[in-house]
Amino acid sequence: MTYLIEGESGDWEVVIGLEVHAQITSEAKLFSGAATAFGAEPNSQVSLVDAAMPGMLPVINEHCVAQAVKTGLGLGAEINLHSVFERKNYFYPDLPQGYQISQYQHPVVGEGVVVLDMPDGPREIGIERLHMEQDAGKSLHDQDPKRTFIDLNRSGVALMEIVSKPDLRSPDEVGAYLRKLRAILRYLGTCDGNMEQGSMRCDVNVSVRHVGGDLRTRTETKNVNSMRFAMQTVVFEAERQVALYEDGGKVTQETRLFDASTGETRSMRSKEEAHDYRYFPDPDLLPLVITQEYVDAIAATLPELPDAKQARFMDAHGLGHENAALLVADKETADYFEAVLAAGGDAKLAANWTLHELFAVLNRERRDIGDSPVAAADLGKLVGLIHDGTISGRIAKDVFEIMLDSGGDPETIVADKGLKQITDTGAIEVVIDRVIADNPEQAQQVRDGNPKVGGWFVGQVMQATGGKANPAAVNELLKKKLG
Amino acid sequence: MSSELTKLGVAEARAGLIAGDFTSEELTDANLAAMEAGRGLNAFITPTPEIAMQRARQSDIRRAGGEALGPMDGVPIAVKDLFCTEGVLTTAASHILDGFTPPYESTISANLRAAGAVMLGKTNMDEFAMGSANITSHYGAVKNPWHLDDGKDRVPGGSSGGSAAAVAANMATAAIGSDTGGSIRQPASFCGIVGMKPTYGRCSRWGMVAFASSLDQAGPMTKSVADAAIMLGAMAGFDLKDSTSADKPVPDFGAGLGQDLKGLRVGIPSEYRIDGMKSEIDDLWDRGATWLRDAGAETVEVSLKHTKYALPTYYIVAPAEASSNLARYDGVRYGLRVEAADLTGMYEATRGEGFGPEVRRRVMIGTYVLSAGYYDAYYVKAQKVRTLILQEFQAAFEDVDVLLTPTAPYPAFAIGEKMDDPIQMYINDIFTVPASLAGLPAISVPGGLSGDGLPLGLHLIAKPWDEATLFRAADVLERAAGFDAVPTGGVE
Repeated sequence: MTYLIEGESGDWEVVIGLEVHAQITSEAKLFSGAATAFGAEPNSQVSLVDAAMPGMLPVINEHCVAQAVKTGLGLGAEINLHSVFERKNYFYPDLPQGYQISQYQHPVVGEGVVVLDMPDGPREIGIERLHMEQDAGKSLHDQDPKRTFIDLNRSGVALMEIVSKPDLRSPDEVGAYLRKLRAILRYLGTCDGNMEQGSMRCDVNVSVRHVGGDLRTRTETKNVNSMRFAMQTVVFEAERQVALYEDGGKVTQETRLFDASTGETRSMRSKEEAHDYRYFPDPDLLPLVITQEYVDAIAATLPELPDAKQARFMDAHGLGHENAALLVADKETADYFEAVLAAGGDAKLAANWTLHELFAVLNRERRDIGDSPVAAADLGKLVGLIHDGTISGRIAKDVFEIMLDSGGDPETIVADKGLKQITDTGAIEVVIDRVIADNPEQAQQVRDGNPKVGGWFVGQVMQATGGKANPAAVNELLKKKLG
Repeated sequence: MSSELTKLGVAEARAGLIAGDFTSEELTDANLAAMEAGRGLNAFITPTPEIAMQRARQSDIRRAGGEALGPMDGVPIAVKDLFCTEGVLTTAASHILDGFTPPYESTISANLRAAGAVMLGKTNMDEFAMGSANITSHYGAVKNPWHLDDGKDRVPGGSSGGSAAAVAANMATAAIGSDTGGSIRQPASFCGIVGMKPTYGRCSRWGMVAFASSLDQAGPMTKSVADAAIMLGAMAGFDLKDSTSADKPVPDFGAGLGQDLKGLRVGIPSEYRIDGMKSEIDDLWDRGATWLRDAGAETVEVSLKHTKYALPTYYIVAPAEASSNLARYDGVRYGLRVEAADLTGMYEATRGEGFGPEVRRRVMIGTYVLSAGYYDAYYVKAQKVRTLILQEFQAAFEDVDVLLTPTAPYPAFAIGEKMDDPIQMYINDIFTVPASLAGLPAISVPGGLSGDGLPLGLHLIAKPWDEATLFRAADVLERAAGFDAVPTGGVE
């Protein structure tokens, strides 16, 4: 599955590193008590600190530190007990302080790793670092023909910047990395991963090189806010850069912007125009010092993460790789599946019903699993009824439809509608004898060895029993009688 | 009666209020009258007579009801215009904060208010506390109440020049100042009052307009050492809203007052004898050492070899922090905005017009020393030297309890002097800056008069958090000096 771009001078591979900005799940901002809810009235969640009033001082939100440490542990990364907040200085109207408080030389989290489940096997992607920083406010250019309005609700919101090593090699890997990272953050509860609301955005660093050759100049495309756009950025940039080199040109080190309407990137500013951010340690804040005990206490609260869960689904429950991977890709799905399994008892049935029947409904109705029309416990009971032979898989689909239409407990539905499977061979035999007596011609065809008509008989018997006969018992008895 | 009331310090005013000799309303009214009479000194940017009289009446009601709040209750004070005061114009003496009226009260002014102190008004200062002569204020220079017969107005020192002049001219019982490199101590020396900078972290910086965050400290400016100890007790304390505020109990700072100095070791740092310093400064310094010995202390020469690097270090660290701290004054949200064709133009016009030359100079220096390619050579190097200076003090304090130096290399100079070369102005702080870089508590006490009759201060530096010993030694100097000269100018 190697992603290569053919050129006159040989094949090119693409080298990609991502800087993901993930909003830390927290009621309050990184250095102020203001709220962080999405979609609030402009400037309704702004403290004196967020507006950079004279004499205001930042005070670290300890919850955000715990969240960053938890994320670092979830990425298998080293936690730095000593880290430093610095000021990144630049002027912009939505940056009230005139600087962003960020961690620069001494981040709270060091190197870690994310494992991607690619079709040709697992791929380890290195994490370079994770640091905390403040978000900026928002400039609104479309409210007035002449003026720009500023919304400071996001000003000071806590972000984690998660920087990968330049280990990614294809758009598919970029997609897989972002999905995996999002899954880990959501499992940890440290970021809701909602890209539409801006809770997760990324800067995409791309360069190309001849296979095995030296690294070349990279470009950084800023603020890409969907996985698809990130993948499009890689494709566009890789092809643009290869074309430049093949034409004898050079790639300029620069910051670019992705235009979603065209799927292209364009230059924002070159290296020469780059800001000099004049980083220096923020004198309003002491260095952030945490203890190993503090880290250990957080480590003890870490939930089971997707990789471990997938392994458990395969090893302990005998699920196949593909189903297990699908189930753990999203924490809500995994939780739902585990609830179905707990109530239903059979892992394969629980997986199939979750991934196929339920997902078909969710896709049709455009609903999330968190908003499922069928509760996991009820689907579990349905699985249980199939598993213990009370109903057949076919009857179960009818029961499922009833559950969707009018809700309710599958056991009650089965009892009320008399859908319990007939496993009493005597009762089935009576029906079979009657069907054979009513259809002598067809019976003869079966005896003559026509298998199609054999199937027809099964259908007749099932119809006569309202689908309640145990299909295995019907097959067996028919074979005996028409053998 | 009223002019007698204005001469009182905090302890005396408190005694009179308790004894019922006068009310806070009478005391406050007398100070307001003195402020009115002394307008020519330009010590106040915003007098707040209505607030003052209202709070004085409230204090009298509390006292009458037996519910006085503490030693500052009913005592009228002046507040440096660097401290945000709720509903009262706060300018930091800068054009760029035109019309800025904060909806919040700084922790320091709130603490004093909670202790019952009465705010008389907001005092003039150097713009954003950058200056040593109070000549950089957008609201004009402050005049020192001390005059000579040469017809020239003298500077009160800076940056807390308005607070110093207000106390010296008996327009306020005491005043809040702030000190970044000497901004309390040097004007106290120039105006013949007591000025004290506590240990960094003792007083909350919340709501104090920031100049250089790692150096800024609020402190009392008073008529006596005892007053400074009382006032600091009402100002100090841990504040959750300031991450650099220290979670330490506030002791009785005045516990050692009135004692002798038996067993106390005083260091005399030889590097503070600088070339070209007037002999009268040296003489005063020697007299100070004698007074301390007379009270039972032992004086020893100590060496602080990095002293000569303190001033250059300060003039890298402080502007670096200031260049970033002052970035928020951009014309977008409050204060002055000068419209222009585009955003960059608006920034340039607003900051170009809003900041005076000294502030612009320091923002430029600070921006330069933090720039790529210069950061290591200037900012990082300065931080290393700062650490050396701190370590040197720590080593000295292994051997001695306090250090004695002059406060400033000369007495108050005439307005207009030392303005051609910024470096000449920066030398004002040569003796006060090292303690600022090391975060140490220090105090200036009037020691006597210069040959031509201007006040000179003696400067003591103590170990971190050991303000009590600082006050104990300062009290001895104060008693020995018997400084009772009064300014000849100002209030008629």
